[in-house]
Amino acid sequence: MHIPDGFVSAPVAAAGYVVAGIVLAIAVRQANRKFQERLVPLMGVMAAFIFAAQMMNFPVAGGTSGHMLGAALATILVGPWAAIIVMACVVGVQALMFQDGGLAALGTNLVNMAVVGVLVSYAVYRVAGALVGDNRRLKYVAAFCASWLSIEAAALACSFELATSGTSPLHVVLPAMAGVHALIGIGEGLITVAALAFITATRSDLLPTRREAGLETQ
Amino acid sequence: MRLNKTHAAILVIGGLAIALFITLFSPFASSSPDGLERVAENKGFIETQKAPPYEIIADYAFPWVGNEKAATVLAGMTGVLLVAAVASGLALGLQRAGKRRPGGANGRQTAADSDT
Repeated sequence: MHIPDGFVSAPVAAAGYVVAGIVLAIAVRQANRKFQERLVPLMGVMAAFIFAAQMMNFPVAGGTSGHMLGAALATILVGPWAAIIVMACVVGVQALMFQDGGLAALGTNLVNMAVVGVLVSYAVYRVAGALVGDNRRLKYVAAFCASWLSIEAAALACSFELATSGTSPLHVVLPAMAGVHALIGIGEGLITVAALAFITATRSDLLPTRREAGLETQ
Repeated sequence: MRLNKTHAAILVIGGLAIALFITLFSPFASSSPDGLERVAENKGFIETQKAPPYEIIADYAFPWVGNEKAATVLAGMTGVLLVAAVASGLALGLQRAGKRRPGGANGRQTAADSDT
């Protein structure tokens, strides 16, 4: 879903930078305010895993591939603000060093993958997580839903940016993006749940406590 | 929850090892166009794409490594270590900034952590 340069117009690219910049500033402030010691090793490892996972394109229907985004996994493990910072590190390095995603389009890519992906994951996982309580299996269902919806939401945001840029009309690009990413989102959900199950089995101490997850205030 | 130093070290070494291990399989990842590229091809706007102004490790492969698979794996490992360093650096910075503030997050965190 990395937008190359040329797909977005200058005003959309500029708006992307402004929105991404504002949200990143808020994320840094919030992460700083509620900083947890466990985040020092976790954020680095999280970024490393997401970078590696994003290289592993898996085939989906019709000669198309998709890869994990990782926004939902990061959100569940380190919380939304640190997750935005982790995703921004990955997307930023991909654009600056690997030419994956354009330079002018970096702002819009940050909005889609770091901001929209994380905030939708957080909203869904928080609501669904509160509904399912401590049931582990249902928590995985909640994580799957958060993952799938995070991909769809990022794809929708991308469609709106392309349509606003005049690259492709919304009624053309939106159904196409939503359709193919509905499949990619299933992969996202499966990998996220597998990663959570692996962490639960090996290092359950890394999972956030209910308080750290923001489900309890005290 | 607090991680003691040993647990944190195991996490970092183990986590990085897993990420580096994954990159060994990156040459076998699907090279088909991704979701957005597919849509751009099908809907006829792939041509509007512009070449990047510079290339460092474009297409996740070092240009100066002859073996294609090795070039991809090396690029992947470089990226893994680079993002880990950037994210860890930011995390350390946030931790320091928190400690400098009187009554900052880390102070509260320690007190509140004793009951978890």
